[in-house]
Amino acid sequence: MNDTLDRTVAESSSTAVVVPRSREGNSPQLMATGLKKNYHKGPVEVPVLRGVSLAVRQGEFLAIVGPSGCGKSTLLHLLGTLDVPDAGEIYFQNRRIDNISSAQRDRLRNRDFGMIFQFYHLLPEMTTLENVLAPLMIAHGAWAYWKQRHKFRALAEELLARVGLDHRLKHRPRELSGGEMQRAAIARSLITKPSLLLADEPTGNLDQESGRDIIKILRDLNEQQLLTIVMVTHDPAIAAATDRTIRLADGRVA
Amino acid sequence: MYKLLLCWRYLRTRYIAFASIVSVMLGVATMVVVNSVMAGFSGEMQNRIRGIICDVVFESRTMEGMRDPDWHMDQIRRVAGDQIEGMTPICVVPAMLSYKYGGNWVTQQVQVIGIEEKSQCKVSDFAKYLQHPANRREMNFNLRENGYDTTDHQAEGPVPARTQMQDAGWVHRREVARIQEYQEKILKKEQGAQAVLGTGVAPSAASPHNPFERRPPAMAESEGSKFDMAKEQCAGVVLGIAMSSFRNIKGEDRFRVLPGEDIQLTFPTAGAPPKAVSDKFTVVDFYESKMAEYDAQFVFVPIKELQRLRGMFDPSANIGFVNAIEIKLKEGADGNAVRDKLRAAFEPSLYGIYTWRDKQGALLAAVQMETTILNILLFLIIAVAGFGILAIFYMIVVEKTRDIGILKSLGASGRGVMGIFLTYGLSLGVVGSGVGLVAGLAFVHYINQIADFLGWVTGRPVFNPEIYYFYRIPTIINPDTICWIVAGALSIAVLASVLPARRAARLHPVEALRYE
Repeated sequence: MNDTLDRTVAESSSTAVVVPRSREGNSPQLMATGLKKNYHKGPVEVPVLRGVSLAVRQGEFLAIVGPSGCGKSTLLHLLGTLDVPDAGEIYFQNRRIDNISSAQRDRLRNRDFGMIFQFYHLLPEMTTLENVLAPLMIAHGAWAYWKQRHKFRALAEELLARVGLDHRLKHRPRELSGGEMQRAAIARSLITKPSLLLADEPTGNLDQESGRDIIKILRDLNEQQLLTIVMVTHDPAIAAATDRTIRLADGRVA
Repeated sequence: MYKLLLCWRYLRTRYIAFASIVSVMLGVATMVVVNSVMAGFSGEMQNRIRGIICDVVFESRTMEGMRDPDWHMDQIRRVAGDQIEGMTPICVVPAMLSYKYGGNWVTQQVQVIGIEEKSQCKVSDFAKYLQHPANRREMNFNLRENGYDTTDHQAEGPVPARTQMQDAGWVHRREVARIQEYQEKILKKEQGAQAVLGTGVAPSAASPHNPFERRPPAMAESEGSKFDMAKEQCAGVVLGIAMSSFRNIKGEDRFRVLPGEDIQLTFPTAGAPPKAVSDKFTVVDFYESKMAEYDAQFVFVPIKELQRLRGMFDPSANIGFVNAIEIKLKEGADGNAVRDKLRAAFEPSLYGIYTWRDKQGALLAAVQMETTILNILLFLIIAVAGFGILAIFYMIVVEKTRDIGILKSLGASGRGVMGIFLTYGLSLGVVGSGVGLVAGLAFVHYINQIADFLGWVTGRPVFNPEIYYFYRIPTIINPDTICWIVAGALSIAVLASVLPARRAARLHPVEALRYE
């Protein structure tokens, strides 16, 4: 297991040319060692991840690529604490997070991680603005939220303006285009000021132009806010825009 | 916060949920209406029973009754005098009532109650139920000239007039006397003619159906002088209104006997073996307690007259015997406590002591049981609505699986997600029972108009005043009951949403997100 870790760290240092030195921390912001995950299909156990280790530094823009079914989404879910690995450990800011209580996990997802998905995953009953505010609504009780609503609203509007959606505040998701929905999802993922953004095929459902817009926004966030981004994609062209690429094949880092 | 917002949005966008709101609403409305009407009926009944039977009844178990009522009253006062407002002796005896209607004799079985009018009116609501305003103020057994109520003075709202009561009293009596005199004259003439012709007819043919023909003549006649019906009256009697009248389908009361006419009462004497005695009485008023059972059974006569006719009398001491003593308690006195005290003080094999509740225990218990069973059945309606909520919520949870995954990926806890659906269920309950409550109260408020309308639509009166001696449906809205109904509906709505909410809470975020 140590071998794997060493190799991953070595790999990341080999691509260090792309990462400016100023962004490097003393230790990786997110680190996974020997992650294994099986899925059960009836009595048969299907291994998806067979021991994946990786380390992501503060401020890095990492792409995980691989053919479909190689386990890259599963890896992202494990990193985002949406699922629990069968074996292996995950550390976030030097804290182990794969075995913490579900309440702590919820908190982590709410405050420290931002997530965006291929299918945007906006709530259809809420307007764009409310969707962006949803993580804050989850974080605060009704009364606390009510007291700070003006502040929160200003923040959400600012984020929506940054992704170019300030004219769509009152629209429902179904009235938006794919690109707009993904931009709203990005605004939502940023509202709690997370330090890590996990993106699962963010351009997978978009035409090339919208996809390029999304990648540009992510790139800008990474460069201007020093936001760490881990992006899963199957498109090498998109992956080329990132600092570093990890190739996953057959449940292992290739 | 997101819980409330999502709840609100789901409430506004999932119209299928309104189906369950409607069922909760109907359940609550029905329960409110039924409970109000049942409470109304039972309240009305209790009031009336209380007015008729007084607080505590002290009965003699022996055939001839209490030989010395005054002594008994003194004893009762000694035992529980501080709680007693008043007492009155009564004599109760089963009897036959006969009167002539439409040329035929009508005979009915009744309960004759001998009362002392002065003290009786103080002890019970007896006077309140009489038809002459003067009798209601101060009752006596003398026939009034006229002025009997031509409308039901106890009715709330407009009711059909009792036009026949217009001339009741001496005015009517003189008219009856005139007609009788005229008929007798004709009869005599005919008999005279027949005698001349030699086709002889038995003299008793004058009233072939009269069962009392061979009885001793009434007291006035027995004194030798001719009884002048137009100027004299027999001993007064107050008839229950239901035995002398009937209500037609329009709700109008038609009378077979009116105040001013004479009726015949036959009852057993107090001796052993009892013999039947009979006498004529003049109807002086009607008694209308609105309890059909009592109005069709009770006949009130002066206690002295009853004692005299039945021989319940000690000639040497000049004291009449009585069957029972009615006791009215002071405001706030505990009837059961007084009853128990008296039961301890008097020999139980000789005296029976009951409160009005004991007397009507079976009836009151029956009403109580009906209400309970109706409530259980109706609550099942709301329970059915609960299952509707459960099914609908399950569907909504399945439909919203992905949204639940999204919420969880944004950091919502299982509890939070559960909260959405519990709040959702609660709000369905609140809306449903709120609307149901308002609908139910409105229904109760307009229940008579609704009954009239339904009667008009179906062509059959929903509320037949012939059966119940109320013109209007009585209702009482009990705030406690309403609170229980609403609380029950709310808890059923919440309970029904627990299962779907738990399912939602337990959804695995990754699987939920993948759900299409």
